[in-house]
Amino acid sequence: MPPIVLSAADLTKRYGSFTAVDGISFEVREGECFGFLGPNGAGKTTTMRMITNHVPVTEGSLTVLGMEIMANARKVKSRIGVVPQDNNLDTDLKVLENLLIYSGYHAIGRKTAQKRAMELLNFFQLAEHARSPIERLSGGMQRRLLIVRGLINEPELLILDEPTTGLDPQARHVIWQKLRALKAQGVTLVISTHYMEEAERLCDRLVILDHGRILIEGSPRDLIEKHAGSEVLEVRLGEGESPGDCLKALGGQVPEGTVAECSADTLYLYAPEGGGILERVKVESGRTVLRRRATLEDVFLRLTGRELRE
Amino acid sequence: MARPTGRLRPDLTWRTMTVWYRDAKVWTTFYKASLIGNLGEPLLYLLAMGWGLGRMVGTVDGVPYIEFLAPGLICSTAMYAATFECTFGAFTRMTRQKTYDAILASPVSLDEIVAGEILWGATKGFLSGAAMLLVMALFGLVNGALAILTLPLSFLIGLLFSALSMIVTAKSPSYDFFSYYFTLVIAPMFLFSGIFFPIGNLPYWAQTFAWFLPLTHGVNISRAIFTEKMGVGTAIDLVWLLVFITATFLVAIREIRRRLVL
Repeated sequence: MPPIVLSAADLTKRYGSFTAVDGISFEVREGECFGFLGPNGAGKTTTMRMITNHVPVTEGSLTVLGMEIMANARKVKSRIGVVPQDNNLDTDLKVLENLLIYSGYHAIGRKTAQKRAMELLNFFQLAEHARSPIERLSGGMQRRLLIVRGLINEPELLILDEPTTGLDPQARHVIWQKLRALKAQGVTLVISTHYMEEAERLCDRLVILDHGRILIEGSPRDLIEKHAGSEVLEVRLGEGESPGDCLKALGGQVPEGTVAECSADTLYLYAPEGGGILERVKVESGRTVLRRRATLEDVFLRLTGRELRE
Repeated sequence: MARPTGRLRPDLTWRTMTVWYRDAKVWTTFYKASLIGNLGEPLLYLLAMGWGLGRMVGTVDGVPYIEFLAPGLICSTAMYAATFECTFGAFTRMTRQKTYDAILASPVSLDEIVAGEILWGATKGFLSGAAMLLVMALFGLVNGALAILTLPLSFLIGLLFSALSMIVTAKSPSYDFFSYYFTLVIAPMFLFSGIFFPIGNLPYWAQTFAWFLPLTHGVNISRAIFTEKMGVGTAIDLVWLLVFITATFLVAIREIRRRLVL
């Protein structure tokens, strides 16, 4: 098995009496893409910021590249790359200058920095914007530039906090493609996201966080199979209809082992086995239904609940 | 585990200069506007007070009023340049632009960011002081080569007011807070540190108050340089400045840590 590059044991972060991260443990191995999934306020960003040493650890241990982070912050930071959630590109500087000045913080020589910056800008399709002011770039381009900046020190581990939040589909797909290419080059990726699709596409393994704790851990496929089954039938309830009435209306057609769940106006039927079992459920005409494959989103919603997180 | 804010000794290496370099690099793209901004006001004071008021005042301490005024205005120019840089400038980088947050993902420490900002603020004090000195030379207000000593003095005054400003920045909830600082601290400093009239003219209690204003000691030194009358008093003024710089520097680092390391 590849060596462990990141490990946490009982990692805890408290702000006064508020516990943002509540004793979580995980391990990430070299070459993996590891994901942190969770609703807003679950503790994803706090965990990421402890890994990058922006936030001190309250309790527990956090080892990055074999070093305890708090005691070896400088050494760790010279070997990891960070792509923050908030855009913090230096708007006083142009695109290439951003990278060169940042190389200075990393003590990378001028020539090497120039060469690497141009290579990375090329790779991320930003080369023609090298001399543009930051404000001139679109949201997607700025996010790509943040990733480029995170890669300028050739990190062994790249930490990305919600790398595609707020981007349009085209921009997201470009970023996913680049991240897969980086992974193929052997860079270990740690990603936080609340996009299930993103996690399903990119992550080899992930944990779902809620209220500062890890609810489950596994590969997206295993988690879906275990916690959402393989097929889902969504049945919209009629005006004033109770979930029980709806189930009754479906009669005895719902197969054995199916889990039913209701939220507001919709009844969800999760079938453990595939093979189109739910296809056979006949629904009276006029009712709105949706038959689909189970996704990570089902796992996520079943585990973290459907109430709003704001 | 010890909170990193608890360490008293600043965590500083040569990397401080990478932060200084970042600020310097940005400055080179708009230095003209910046220098005119820093020079404009003291220059207006020099002309209005020196020529206008000077006609009525005649001589002060045996020199024409404009010559009395000039050394002090070098100091206030350096003070204002450093203060603007480390209040509005630093606060913008710390909050809105999230520049500190970005740098903190690299091996540069927070203490180095603070030190780099203060060094840059001091550099701006130096540059503004130098520009002012040049203008004064053009007006024929510089008599001897010794006046060159006001350049390192401008740097020291810059250090002092940069460090003091960083403390204010660390405590500031918003930009509005700076207007209190300018009105309650910087303006009295400008008016009562002996730039416009000899402090000896003030009642005794006010003289004591003026002694506690850091700029007073800068003005004392500057005037001693211009009149070429440096002595024990000048040495005491210098020590006063150095002690104050050290103290404010350490407090600035501590207060920024307290604000950002949570």
